[in-house]
Amino acid sequence: MDLINKSDNNFEQCIKCTVCTVYCPVLAVNPDFPGPKHGGPDQERLRLKMPSFYDEANKFCMNCKRCEVACPSNVRIGDIIQKARLKYSRHKPTVRDFFLSHTDLVGTISTPVAPIINSSLKLDSTKYLLEHVMQIDHRRLFPTYTHEKFVSWMKKQEEEQRRFKKQVCYFHGCYVNYNYPSLGKDLVKVMNLLGYGVQLLKKEKCCGVALISNGYFAQAKIQGRINLNSIRKAAQNNISTIATSSTCVLTMRDEYPHLLELDNKDIKEHIELATRFIYRLIEDDHFDLSELKFNQKKWKVAYHTPCHLEKLGWEYYSIELLKRIPNIELTILRPNCCGIAGTYGFKKENYDYSQKIGAPLFKEIEEGNFDYVVTDCETCKWQIEMSTSKKCLHPITLFAMALE
Amino acid sequence: MMKFDVVIIGGGLSGLTCGIRLAQEGKKCVIISSGQSALHFSSGSFDLLNSLPDGTRVTNPLESLSDLSLLNPTHPYVKMGKERFAALAEESKQLLEGVGIHTKGSYKKNHYRITPLAMVKSTWLTMMDFLSTDDPKTFNCKSFALFNFVGYLDFYPDYLSEKFERMGVKTQKFSIDLSSVERMRRNPSELRSTNIARLFDEEEARKNLIRILEEKAADYEVVLLPACLGLENANVISELSKAIGKPVYVVATFPPSVAGIRAQYLLKQKFMRLGGMYMLGDTVNRVDMKENSINKIFTVNHGDIPIVGDDYILCSGSFFSQGLVALPDKVIDPIFGLDIDYSPNRQDWYTANVYDKQRYLTFGVETNNDFLAIKDKKIVRNLHACGAILGGFDALKEGCGSGVSLLTALYVAEEILRK
Repeated sequence: MDLINKSDNNFEQCIKCTVCTVYCPVLAVNPDFPGPKHGGPDQERLRLKMPSFYDEANKFCMNCKRCEVACPSNVRIGDIIQKARLKYSRHKPTVRDFFLSHTDLVGTISTPVAPIINSSLKLDSTKYLLEHVMQIDHRRLFPTYTHEKFVSWMKKQEEEQRRFKKQVCYFHGCYVNYNYPSLGKDLVKVMNLLGYGVQLLKKEKCCGVALISNGYFAQAKIQGRINLNSIRKAAQNNISTIATSSTCVLTMRDEYPHLLELDNKDIKEHIELATRFIYRLIEDDHFDLSELKFNQKKWKVAYHTPCHLEKLGWEYYSIELLKRIPNIELTILRPNCCGIAGTYGFKKENYDYSQKIGAPLFKEIEEGNFDYVVTDCETCKWQIEMSTSKKCLHPITLFAMALE
Repeated sequence: MMKFDVVIIGGGLSGLTCGIRLAQEGKKCVIISSGQSALHFSSGSFDLLNSLPDGTRVTNPLESLSDLSLLNPTHPYVKMGKERFAALAEESKQLLEGVGIHTKGSYKKNHYRITPLAMVKSTWLTMMDFLSTDDPKTFNCKSFALFNFVGYLDFYPDYLSEKFERMGVKTQKFSIDLSSVERMRRNPSELRSTNIARLFDEEEARKNLIRILEEKAADYEVVLLPACLGLENANVISELSKAIGKPVYVVATFPPSVAGIRAQYLLKQKFMRLGGMYMLGDTVNRVDMKENSINKIFTVNHGDIPIVGDDYILCSGSFFSQGLVALPDKVIDPIFGLDIDYSPNRQDWYTANVYDKQRYLTFGVETNNDFLAIKDKKIVRNLHACGAILGGFDALKEGCGSGVSLLTALYVAEEILRK
C-alpha cells in the first residue's frame, strides 16, 4: 500500500537498519563490494548529486534480491543498484560478456554442431583459451548443447497438443531449448496428464536476464517487448503462459517494469510458474491427483529455493507439488544462495567468490544423503551438479518421474 | 487458495512465538512477514517490566503488576491478569529454552545488562553468553580482559572499561589484529558484527583467537568479547571458555545483533520443523471481511491466490516495521484499518526533548481483554493482535517490549487453542 509519496527508486525509505547487509551473499565473501546498503540507498544520494560518484564495484552485485526480501522497509535495493549500473556505469561489455549474454545467438550457432561443441568444451585446451582469451574460469563446467532444439521437437507435437480442449503456452527459456529439452518434454507430459495441451508462444526470445546483468539493456528491452507481445496475444485468447525457470518468470514479471520500463501490468498475472499453475488446478479446479498413476518409488529429496523464486515468494507452490508425490521424503534446504547467479559465476573474477558463497549449501547437500536435489532454477542446477556429487532436477521432472 | 488453521501476519518475536505454540499443538500455520524483524537489533536480553508509567523502577515485575494496573488499566499485562502473567512469563522462558535460546533470569527479580554505551540497565532474561550482573553497582569478579577486533567500529571498549573500573573491576583493554579481519577492512563501511561472526564460525579461525586470548588474558579473571561471535554455531563462546579455562562473556554491540539474528533463525527453524510455512518478503495488500470476521487475505506475491485461515493473528510490529503507519493527521494499521488507540491531536504525539516520554510510542491497535482486534468499534471475531502493534504501553520507558511480545503471543495462541 503506497501511503506516502515515494520516489521511483524508493531509496529514501531506507532507515539504515543494516538488515540487508546481513543477508547479502556477496558481502559475506567479497570485501570489494560496497554492499546493498552502501551501494544502494546510501550511494544513491550521492549519485543523484553527481553521477561521477558511481562506484564501479557495484558490478559485484549478483542481483539475487536477497536484500529486498530481507528489508523491513520494502526498499527495492537490488533495483536501485541495477538501475544505477544502467544509468551511470562507464564499463563497456567485453567479448566474453557478449558471448555469455547472447544466449539465443550462441545457442542457435551451437545446437547444429552440438557434439563437437560439447566435446571441445571439455578439452583442456578449450578451457585454457576460454580462461585466457575470454576470462571465463577454466574450472566452470558448461551445460551441454542438445542436437535437437526443444522447439523443433515441439513442432512435431503440434497436432497432438491441439487435441486438448484446454491450452497453455510454455515459455521454455534458452536452457530448455538449447541444452535441456527433456525438462520441456516432462512439462508437456505432466500438463497433458492434467488435461492441458501445450503450445509455444508466437515468438519467444531469451527473457533477457543475462543481457541485463551484462549491460546490454537496449537489447534486453527489444527482446522483452517481443515476449510481452507474444504473451499478450496468448492472453487475449485466454491462454496463460507458464515457465519452468524461476528467473525467466521474475525477469518478465518484475525486471521488465522495474529496470527496463516495459509496462506489463495488463498481463503480469498471465505469466506463471508451472508449479503455481498446477497448484491452481489442484486447489481451485479440484483436479483429483489420485486419478494419476504414481509409481511407488521412495525418494529422499532436498529442495533448494533459488534466490529469484524466494523473491517471487513462490517456492510454496513447488514445495506443495513435491509434497504430493507419494513416498517422498522431503527436506527444505536452508535459505542459502548457490553462488552462480547466472553468468556471474562463469566469470574468472567471480568464480572463487561464487564457490565460496555456495559452500554452505554444498555442505548441507553432501551431508544429507539425498537421492536428488530439486530446484526451479537452471543455473542453480548447474552450480549444484558441478559442486556436489548429487543430481539436480526440476520439480516438474521429478513429478514426471513419479508418474512413469 | 491456500488454506491454513491460523494465518499469522508478522514474523518477528511475537509471530514466531505464537506460531511455534500453535504448531506444537498440531495447528497448520503460515507466517507472512514483510521483512526481517527487530530481533536483528536485540540487546541479547528480553525485558519484562523495568519501570512503571510514573517512572518508578521495578525490581520484581510480578509484584509491581498491581501498581501497574492502577496506573494503566489498559496495559497488555493488566488485560491478561497477574496469574496469567506469571504463568506465561515462565512459559516464555521455557519456549526459548526449547528452541535453543538459553537464558538466565526470572520474572520475580530483574537483573542487569550492559548496553553498548556502557549503561547498566535492568532486564528480565539475558542470553547465557552475555555479561550481566545481579548487583547494578558491581560485578561478581575482580578483573576483566576486554578485547576488541582492530577495525571493528560498532563496539566501544573505552566507555566500557571506564564504567567497569568505576564499578570496581580492574579492566584491561586488548586489541586483536587478525589478518583475516584485516582483509575485510578493505571495505570502508562493512566490517560488521556478522562479518566477524561468520569468520569465527569456522573452527580453524577460532584456534588463532584462542591462542591470543590465552596469552593476553593470562592475568585476568574473566574474558570479555564484543557480541559478534556465534552466528550459526551457538556454542562458540562456551567452546572458547572451555579452551582457555576461564569464563568468557560477550558484551552487546551496535546492530546488527549476532545473538538476535541467531535467535530469529532458531525460532524460525523450530517453527518450520513443526510444519509451519514461513513466507518472507511478502505484504498483505487486500482483506476480505464479512460481518466482523476475516474471510481471506491477499498478498503482493500471491496475487489472486488468497490465503485463508480459521483464525488470523496480527503481529506486524510497531512503526519500525510499518505495522503502524503515522500519516499527517492519524495513525493507522495499513492492513485491516483497525481501531487505533491514538491522540487525534498531532501536537500530543511527541515532545521536543527526544529523551522524554513520547506519547506516540504508546499508540497501537485497540483490543478487548483477550486481544481480539476491534474495527469500527466492533470486535473482529477471528482476528487477534499481539506484540508491538498493541497499544497501551511504552516499550522504551517501561522496558517491556520483549515481554509484551512474548506473553501476548502465548496468550493469543492459547486463546485460539481453547476454542
